[in-house]
Amino acid sequence: MMKLFDFWSAHRGELAGLLGQHIMLVTASTVVAVAIGVPLGIFSARRPRLASPLMGVASIVQTIPSLAMFGFLLPVPLVGGVGARAALVVLILYGLLPIVRTTIAGLRTIDPAIREAGVAMGMTSNELLRQVELPLALPSIVAGVRVAAVVGVGSATIAAAIGAGGLGEYIYRGLSMVDTTVILAGAIPAALLALAVDAALLWAERQLSARRRSPSRRTAAAAAALVAAIVVVTGGVAARRTSGAIIVGSKNFTEQLVLGELVAQIIERDAGVPVHRRLNLGGTLICDGALLSGDLDVYVEYTGTALTAVFHAPISTDEAAVYDTVRTLYARTGRTLLPPLGFNNTFAILVRGADARALRLRTIDDAARESVHWRAGFGYEFVERPDGYQGLARAYGLRFPDPPRVMDLTLSYRALASGQVDLIAGDATAGLIKGLDLAPLEDNRHYFPPYDAAAVARAETLLRYPQVRLALEKLSGKISPDDMRALNYAADVEHRDIRAIVSEFLETKITRAARTSP
Amino acid sequence: MPVPAIEFKDVSFTRSGGNRVLDRFSLTVDTGDVLALVGRSGSGKTTVLKLVNRLLMPEGGAVLVEGRDTREWEPIRLRRRVGYVLQDVGLFPHLTVAGNVGVVPRLEGWPVERTAARVDELLELVGLGAGHLATRWPDELSGGQRQRVGVARALAIDPPVLLMDEPFGALDPLTRAELHTEFRRIQQRVRKSVVIVTHDMGEAFALGDRVGVLEGGHLIACDRPALVAASREPIVRKLLDALPTVPRN
Repeated sequence: MMKLFDFWSAHRGELAGLLGQHIMLVTASTVVAVAIGVPLGIFSARRPRLASPLMGVASIVQTIPSLAMFGFLLPVPLVGGVGARAALVVLILYGLLPIVRTTIAGLRTIDPAIREAGVAMGMTSNELLRQVELPLALPSIVAGVRVAAVVGVGSATIAAAIGAGGLGEYIYRGLSMVDTTVILAGAIPAALLALAVDAALLWAERQLSARRRSPSRRTAAAAAALVAAIVVVTGGVAARRTSGAIIVGSKNFTEQLVLGELVAQIIERDAGVPVHRRLNLGGTLICDGALLSGDLDVYVEYTGTALTAVFHAPISTDEAAVYDTVRTLYARTGRTLLPPLGFNNTFAILVRGADARALRLRTIDDAARESVHWRAGFGYEFVERPDGYQGLARAYGLRFPDPPRVMDLTLSYRALASGQVDLIAGDATAGLIKGLDLAPLEDNRHYFPPYDAAAVARAETLLRYPQVRLALEKLSGKISPDDMRALNYAADVEHRDIRAIVSEFLETKITRAARTSP
Repeated sequence: MPVPAIEFKDVSFTRSGGNRVLDRFSLTVDTGDVLALVGRSGSGKTTVLKLVNRLLMPEGGAVLVEGRDTREWEPIRLRRRVGYVLQDVGLFPHLTVAGNVGVVPRLEGWPVERTAARVDELLELVGLGAGHLATRWPDELSGGQRQRVGVARALAIDPPVLLMDEPFGALDPLTRAELHTEFRRIQQRVRKSVVIVTHDMGEAFALGDRVGVLEGGHLIACDRPALVAASREPIVRKLLDALPTVPRN
């Protein structure tokens, strides 16, 4: 608990910013969902034939898991991609259903005699709607808005996976560092925010359904609205990101966070260009899509991953040939692959150190002998990738009694250490290998292609900022496998702050650019 | 000869179920007159009212209001010249008494002070001037009070025609008798052309300058109460026989 308060006080500014982004995401998406959902509800309440199919479609949209929805939207122009815009689109879609539904319900439950009285008094359909139907349906509509907003607070945490920011950043960061404190640092404020939103809107709902709106209550409601507006504006200001900055991305595991931070800091330090960090993006394809669309300027990729997952080219095990192929393929699509950083983060087939010693396991061939007694656990990507599980099983004749369990990559280290699975595919440079006493097995048949880490950037950005290219090139060959493992260890096992780890590394290992005085 | 307030000329109307409720139906209501229309449930009394303010349109024949075919009236204009008191009152639950009575003046764009003054005047007229009823909500009123508010609302912008659909149907007999007296007092002052629909012959005699009897889509009798009471028409006799009498000893 103390650790949590320490974390918050150490990251006060960041926490406020993320909270602001979160509030902004939820408020903006709810406002738009109301602006679309209420008219849509009115429209379909008047056309019952249309209402049922519309509700059907809305219900189906609602059942799509939000992470999958981000995936669908990724390649869609205008609304998709990476960042707050795509997150807003998804949150709006989720908010629509409850609002449309309660608008329809609110309008349908109005006593027909009341409506007839209005018509008979000579109200136009517009006057009837505004003076009779909407006021009577309002408590029901507000109940829908309440559901939409509370669900929105929860869904918005997932938006961090596509770089929209918000409190989900801590949750994802904590997940990838396997650090409960960091997870709670994001989860607790998100839960409190949801409760606060719920309470505020419940209060509004009660006020409306009580409908004895004395002047003082109206004043109170107006004051509440004002406070809400101030919160929104402040949140908006806090969430506004620096424009004209280089946008640095990373995938969502520790090494990537470290490398993203490293790239960001060296650009800030040696190129003197402001940097906007969009770290912790949910996977290779999200990063690649963002780089193509210009939502990212630079991130660190691994040559083997680019070859197979991005370009679907045939697997090769020749390190130099893979680098050249990937560089050419990137160049064709307007991206520049910078020189390798100096380490190969190949997949490491891992078993518990105790098992390796007891069974004298050294290579994957050794493990193949034992695999019939074992359970395997793999990350999502490894199961699907062409250089992943299927090929590995063929190359080594691995046979498990059950299909491998698919789990989050980071969690699989813990699952192995705690004996829930017996073999995993991790990263060769993971700090947890040492931290949890795991044993990497040698790829004696050379199944895995090389995964040399190298920054990949938009060619256009490098042309515009030549000093960014110079800064990035200073990293080439500077990070040895041991350096990377040590950095990962510091983050994952010692739970040290990534910014501090990286700036220390930069100061000691990479010389500062000779500054010419202005 | 002055134009009648309301005139039905050979009007036919069939419900959506295919049930013909009016068959070449004719009727005249003179300006300032009260017509009480009696009939059994489902005899088409409410349909007659809805044809007047164009909530329904005739299939055949024509309905004239102030000499003009309802099909030629702009519906909103027409409805604002025809006050309507509903069967179950239909007060707006989200508005106070004053809010309900002031609905049509507000629709007409009256200034706030004029509306407020008119609301006071109307509540006075329907006998709700005393007390602070204007700021109360409909669900805080008794049935009789709600009905009075309904009448005040219908009279808000002084429409020449007033339609009343079973306005006193749900009230206890004492309140009902009281409101009958009130109605005649108010009508003395405002002199509207009124069509009032009821299933109760006694009520029709109490309120109508003329009494019409609706049966089988036709008007089988329509005359001054005394003449209707003396009618030899079998169905009229049946309705008259249904009037309660006080048992002796």
